Amino acid sequence: MDAESLLLSLELAAGSGLGLSPDRRAALLTSLQLVKRDYRYDRVLFWGRILGIVADYYIAQGLSEDQLAPRKTLYSLNCIEWSLLPPATEERATQMAMVKGRFMGDPSHEYEHTEFQKMTAEDDVVVQVKEETRLVSVIDQIDKAVAIIPRGALFKTPFGPVHVNRTFEGLPLSEARKLSSYFHFREPVGLKNKTLLEKADLDPSLDFLDSLEHDIPKGSWSIQMERGNSLVVLRSLLWPGFTFFHTPRTRNHGYIYVGTGEKNMDLPFML
Amino acid sequence: MEDSTTLKQEKENQQLAEAVQPWEEETAASPQDLGPESFGPWEVEWAPDPGPRPRSSRARTPEPVGPVAEQAASSSPPSPQKPLSTLARQDLGALRQLDRITNGTLDAGTPLSDPPGQSTDARESAPPSQSGQDTSALTQQPDPSSKPSKPQELRPGSAQEEAWSSHQNRDQPGPKASEAAPSTLEIAVQNAKVYLLRASSKTGLNLYDHLSNMLTKILDERPENAIDFIETISQDVKMAHFSKKLDTLQNENEMLPTYEMAERQKALFLQGHLEGADQELEDEIAESSLPNVVESAFYFEQAGVGLGTDETYRIFLALKQLTDTHPVQRCRFWGKILGLEMNYIVAEVEFREGEDEEVEEEDATEAEERDNGESEVDKDEEDELPKSFYKPPQAIPKEESRTGANKYVYFVCNEPGRPWVKLPSVSPAQIVTARNIKKFFTGRLDAPIISYPPFPGNESNYLRAQIARISAGTHVSPLGFYQFGEEEGEEEEEVESGRDSFEENPDFEGIQVLDLVESLSNWVHHVQHILPQGRCTWFNPIAKNEEEEEEDEEKEEPDYIEQEVGPPLLTPISEDLEIQNIPAWTTRLSSSLIPQYGTAVLQSNLWPGAYAFCTGKKFENFYIGWGHKYSVDNYTPPVPPPVYQEYPSGPEIIEMDDPSVEEEQAFKAAQEAAELAPEDNEETGEGEDDADN
Repeated sequence: MDAESLLLSLELAAGSGLGLSPDRRAALLTSLQLVKRDYRYDRVLFWGRILGIVADYYIAQGLSEDQLAPRKTLYSLNCIEWSLLPPATEERATQMAMVKGRFMGDPSHEYEHTEFQKMTAEDDVVVQVKEETRLVSVIDQIDKAVAIIPRGALFKTPFGPVHVNRTFEGLPLSEARKLSSYFHFREPVGLKNKTLLEKADLDPSLDFLDSLEHDIPKGSWSIQMERGNSLVVLRSLLWPGFTFFHTPRTRNHGYIYVGTGEKNMDLPFML
Repeated sequence: MEDSTTLKQEKENQQLAEAVQPWEEETAASPQDLGPESFGPWEVEWAPDPGPRPRSSRARTPEPVGPVAEQAASSSPPSPQKPLSTLARQDLGALRQLDRITNGTLDAGTPLSDPPGQSTDARESAPPSQSGQDTSALTQQPDPSSKPSKPQELRPGSAQEEAWSSHQNRDQPGPKASEAAPSTLEIAVQNAKVYLLRASSKTGLNLYDHLSNMLTKILDERPENAIDFIETISQDVKMAHFSKKLDTLQNENEMLPTYEMAERQKALFLQGHLEGADQELEDEIAESSLPNVVESAFYFEQAGVGLGTDETYRIFLALKQLTDTHPVQRCRFWGKILGLEMNYIVAEVEFREGEDEEVEEEDATEAEERDNGESEVDKDEEDELPKSFYKPPQAIPKEESRTGANKYVYFVCNEPGRPWVKLPSVSPAQIVTARNIKKFFTGRLDAPIISYPPFPGNESNYLRAQIARISAGTHVSPLGFYQFGEEEGEEEEEVESGRDSFEENPDFEGIQVLDLVESLSNWVHHVQHILPQGRCTWFNPIAKNEEEEEEDEEKEEPDYIEQEVGPPLLTPISEDLEIQNIPAWTTRLSSSLIPQYGTAVLQSNLWPGAYAFCTGKKFENFYIGWGHKYSVDNYTPPVPPPVYQEYPSGPEIIEMDDPSVEEEQAFKAAQEAAELAPEDNEETGEGEDDADN
């Protein structure tokens, strides 16, 4: 959620039950302003909170002019002091696949797991993974999987960069309940696979991202209207704790993740 | 039309006043077509459009001033102004004068009365500069310039005549001089304008109108950096063009559910309007069984848990509605369970003594089972089929209401404002099965639960079972808040099954918040643990079995089932099992910055979403989540049991094994041998005869 409209966004996303306490909110309002100034970001998003056993991580992301450029992620334990996280890489992601369980809350905590070496007959290698690295890859995974924006909120200029659409007036109510009106907020993956017929209907400046319709597994999104039908809330079932909200016919939209940072691998059984 | 145009010009003038100055510098460029230049005044009239087109439009502003005034006065089209504009262009000085005039016009605020005088002057100075050559400003956008001119040129020539006549005094030298020049300009302008007004074959729109609409919009809204998203604006204008044609009724339909919900919630707010004396109010306050939801919500908010203030208030009102309509002794806001299509808001209710509204459903199910058993017996006698010695396991009866897992009654609703629905009591079988499945709630209470092992019931039963499990697992209170009741006569029995009643401790003095945070042993469970059997108190199925099986011939050896024991009531939560080295509970102080006023917050790691807070004396439990238990490993559905030996194996029903290949071949050989044997016998017989002979 945008740091500019933090209070309103928190109120709207409160339907999922987990939010921020007043002292954290107050701290965020001030510290995010400073982060924006110090790091010279165009927009600062409050990404969410990852619950750990001992402490929680508060995550923020900074965006530059081009909305689709790789984002910088920062984390903090007390909402005042922010530290930049290294960018996520592929090999880190593979390492993370082995680590299970809750986050500890201590960035220097090391997870140990043994990697079985099939090739050599040597002893199994014990790989130590730091929690910070795990944090980076989890945030990256969540972003790639579930970060979404409504259709029309961003538009692509002919030169390439993607900008915030200042004439976005919100989704109409009829569109707000459809999964196709929401796009993944990441580089599109499936656009090339669309048939020519489908592509003909697309508006190249608005429809340049993947829509949620073809997400696998089907049904991994729950769309609801809350507050007496004046608010659309999308919750991801694959990453429980992720909430996206949007008030139709207004510009308010945003997402927040408050959860344990674990993927729900039981989803196929649960649907 | 004229008025509007003049007004437009007014606006344009005022708006473009600032633009005039920069433009002035630009006018020194080389001349181009006469055409574009003459467009100046027209463009003015067409106020909003020239806005974004920087220079050309600005260039024209000075002219418009004069013409505007004139037009207002004469309400004639700008045709006469055309020459004036061209004249004006060339002379920077003239322009500056015009500029001043424009400013003067702006200052005046009122349209047209003042300018005429001024514009007259301007025009007088302007004409001399008429050469139709200075098109610097216009150079850049010949097309747009043609547009403005077009409309005006198309005006009937009569208007032109009028204008001329009115201006005769002032413009004698200039206009006459330029009269000849505009004709080619006019034609070019007309051509350009006709082109722009040509309607698109696909949509019926034309470029001229579209551009004018777009520029109107931009000048009205004045967005920053409009050039960056001019294409989007253009699209929006186009879309707005279409949306106007939509039936207003269609929009009504969209909003209908919103209004409906709002009406319902309005009813919530109005229910408190009881007409009555203060007496009623006092009664209400005295007997209120309503919990202070808002206060608890405040404390939970300190922990970062909550539904938002207005939503909480609406839930509060809905609870009030519940207590008003049902005879409720005590009521508590249990929490919220999220679902796929809708969510559940759950209220935990304890009815008043004797006001139990439970329907006896249990008898019905038991009767069914007995019927089944009997029918099977009948069948056996008739058909003489092998008698199955499968006996379904004894159904464990569910606990009486107000005891064990059914201690409280739960009401749910999807949204505050909707009616409350009572959930049925939970049976042990449901709890046992709920432990083995993991399903999302859809939000509809009558939705079937399709799972393996098959869940006996629909979503309302599953919901009730999960609520029971969550309550049993996560409802905690500070140590000492509850204590066991006074000694009663039948203590021995109670000791066996575990104490199941408690009451508030009137002497509870509160525990320091810091103590609560540091040590888990300061918190205790105050809900009975549910045994693996699915009940809180052990039910021995064998005792009943013996009674029922006296009739049967076959008597099974009574299996000795160990009594299941669970942790007794009021055990501290430090005794809870850990989940893979993670403690089952996490404690936090709500605020690390101001610890003296903080509250102790307890989060469950076993049931993510279960929270409890305590501020020394006050405490409350709450659940918000999907309603599932946490497990590090993935859920694996239980394996179906092996095929059951239902029937006694005897010669009648045992399946013959298919013969193996060797056996078959041996058999075949034997058969062939048997066939050959008689032939052989015959042969040998013959042989023998021969031999004998």
